[in-house]
Amino acid sequence: MSAESAVLIMLTVISAATPLLFAALGELVVEKSGVLNLGVEGMMLAGAVSGFAVTVTTGSAVLGILCAAAAGALLSLVFGILTLTLAANQVATGLALTIFGIGLSALVGSGFVGVPVVPLPKLAVPGVSDLPVIGPLLFGHDALIYLSILATAGVGWFLTRTRGGMILRAVGESDESAHSIGFSVIRVRYLAVLFGGAMSGLAGAFMSLSHTPMWAEEMTAGRGWIALALVVFSSWRPGRVLLGAYLFGGVTILQLHAQGAGGLGIPAQVLSMLPYLATIAVLTIIAAGPWRGRLDAPACLGKPFRPST
Amino acid sequence: MSNGAAGARHGLGPRLQVRALTKRFPGVLANDGVDFAVAPGEIHALLGENGAGKSTLVRMIYGVLHPDEGEIRWDGRVVRIEDPRAARRLGIGMVFQHFSLFEAMSVLENVALGMDDPGGMAALARRVSEVSASYGLALDPSRGVHTLSVGERQRIEIVRCLLQNPKLLIMDEPTSVLTPQEVERLFETLRKLAREGCSILYISHKLEEIKVLCDRATILRDGRVVAECNPATETKGSLARLMIGAELKTAKRRAGHDPGVDQGSVRLAVEGLDLAAEEIHGVNLKNISFSVRAGELFGIAGVAGNGQKELELALSGERRAKVAEAVRIDGHKAGHLNTRARRHLGLGCVPEGRRGHGAVPAMSLVENVILSGYDRMKLLSSIFIKDGEARRFAKRVVETFDVRAPGTGVSAGSLSGGNLQKFIVGREILQSPGVLIVSQPTWGVDAGAAAAIHQAMADLAADGAAVVIISQDLDELLQITDRLAVIGLGVLSAPLVTSQVSVEKIGLLMGGVHGTAPGSDRSSGSDRHAV
Repeated sequence: MSAESAVLIMLTVISAATPLLFAALGELVVEKSGVLNLGVEGMMLAGAVSGFAVTVTTGSAVLGILCAAAAGALLSLVFGILTLTLAANQVATGLALTIFGIGLSALVGSGFVGVPVVPLPKLAVPGVSDLPVIGPLLFGHDALIYLSILATAGVGWFLTRTRGGMILRAVGESDESAHSIGFSVIRVRYLAVLFGGAMSGLAGAFMSLSHTPMWAEEMTAGRGWIALALVVFSSWRPGRVLLGAYLFGGVTILQLHAQGAGGLGIPAQVLSMLPYLATIAVLTIIAAGPWRGRLDAPACLGKPFRPST
Repeated sequence: MSNGAAGARHGLGPRLQVRALTKRFPGVLANDGVDFAVAPGEIHALLGENGAGKSTLVRMIYGVLHPDEGEIRWDGRVVRIEDPRAARRLGIGMVFQHFSLFEAMSVLENVALGMDDPGGMAALARRVSEVSASYGLALDPSRGVHTLSVGERQRIEIVRCLLQNPKLLIMDEPTSVLTPQEVERLFETLRKLAREGCSILYISHKLEEIKVLCDRATILRDGRVVAECNPATETKGSLARLMIGAELKTAKRRAGHDPGVDQGSVRLAVEGLDLAAEEIHGVNLKNISFSVRAGELFGIAGVAGNGQKELELALSGERRAKVAEAVRIDGHKAGHLNTRARRHLGLGCVPEGRRGHGAVPAMSLVENVILSGYDRMKLLSSIFIKDGEARRFAKRVVETFDVRAPGTGVSAGSLSGGNLQKFIVGREILQSPGVLIVSQPTWGVDAGAAAAIHQAMADLAADGAAVVIISQDLDELLQITDRLAVIGLGVLSAPLVTSQVSVEKIGLLMGGVHGTAPGSDRSSGSDRHAV
């Protein structure tokens, strides 16, 4: 394999990993606040379709990306009202949100199937972008890819270095304690859920504007679920989310190349299953393993909170 | 309304005054026109039974709850305390009964979370060290809370309050989780604070502590103030009468019983029981051995989280031992048996958790007696439930044990804590077990119900059963058991004859393995777990 084709493979891995990274980072913050939102897939689709539709209609990718984040946040607001204000079951509501997002995005996007879009521009840095290997790998990406890396560092910094992050973790750790100290548990969780929604929306926008610049029904193809698994895989640490996203992105791309290379005698369908099998395997190993996974989970994850007044 | 002698001494009005404070919850009048006042530098007790309204009252003062009627005056001014932040701004600090701490976070983070303006973390760490040194509250700011003992956890809360220079410190049942030595050190800290002018509102139902520590006491019953007094001049009996509204009964052992003397056959024998913890912060049981004879009440004392829960599960059969000989019931090897088989051999068990472990809250009382009693009470015929028999048995439990419930069809979850506990204890005792394991029999139970439960266990023993009582309440064990042993870090001490031991001796056993001295705190850290 030549250096050039290796670089090309690396670029596709980065592209495959970025939506996972966005969605998983958002969900990590949501879960750190003690809320389990299983609607990631639905919010990603909402983001993908609105990002695509707005970009095609207005011609402005920036506006499209902003609308994608807003669409994800809007859908997560529905989730927030149901689970936080009305204390509905988080698992059931999250699943419903995914199904709702699939249907809604198909409806909104029905007029956009097969419509072409200009992919997000690559931000080339004159001079260094032309360097061999390093140039394309480090200096030839679109804005969202850089944003996803910045977001990883930003989330990590926020959670461990700021008072806001400490309060967020406290709320996820013990809602009762946080309430009795005087923090507004519900407000903190709303903010986290909205952030998670916006990040899922960005993940969707990256799918429809950069990864595969087009709109198709259910184009996220289960990536929302992989993102959910990544949060557990990372044991709720942003750095490990990055690692996991690139690992899963790598598995996705490798199976594509394996299919391209004649499948090594393995049926294409089996190869397509690989990323999902890897997800199940990782979750099983973490759940069964005697080590850390469970300890790092926010103690109040998925439990509704009703303050007494 | 008296402002208290201490107030006059300081030549000031009361620091906190509460007038006609009323709080209703659905179906309950938790506080009904409560009046009382706390002077600067006064240690003021709020005394009352569980459910008398003490916690509701102080939660209103700290802004967690809001009163329906009445007013709170702070330094003479009427204030409305919206939330705990507002309370802290006034200078009110509170140490909660169930700590408001975050397990997965460090001591320093926990302190910072409880402050409105913590400043930089490095500076805060220095202040934590200063304050903990000056009040003798040893704390390492960088440790994770989940590695700390209950006593150390309480210190975090106290230090967190002290850093904000409070003028009123509210302590909600602070000693229920401490060893006697830790209690003594806490009292020294509180006295020092009071001398410096900080008022202390001390909530407890432990009469002895209040007599020793407090300047004045306000006594609550059913949400109302029934008396105000100087506890030092009262007797325990007179305080109890005020608190309960009746004479305090203590369990009477039936005549002819001679505690501590070897008599009767061994009904429960535990030998060399080893069991690795299942949970991450659990305690490993190490070589536990003891035996209980017919007619004996055997106590297991210890600070919470030293293996009590694990021992309860190992005795009940929810966790099985590696060797069958580790547990014997009436001579039968039972270590390898499950709960069902052990119950068949005559074991009864009242677990620590009532809702969800001892009883299924959503199921009726009838269904709940079937769950544990179907075998010994013969409530099944082949695969069918004998409904009539089950109803009659449930009715008998409710009547014999004075469970206040509108009928046997109501859900177990609708009963109050004390009533549910009477129901669970009654359900087990009426199956006439040969061996009864009871964990925390009177936790959160009012004094009347506690006396009834103690009496029932004593009567069961008098009828020839062996009774094991696992309890954190040392007074309870000293009062009713014949022998007791102390569990610490999963190791059980040699049994002691209750009538011949002193509180100090047991306290040392509890603290010795537990590490209450500042230096020894660090040595045993890793495999300790506290609830």
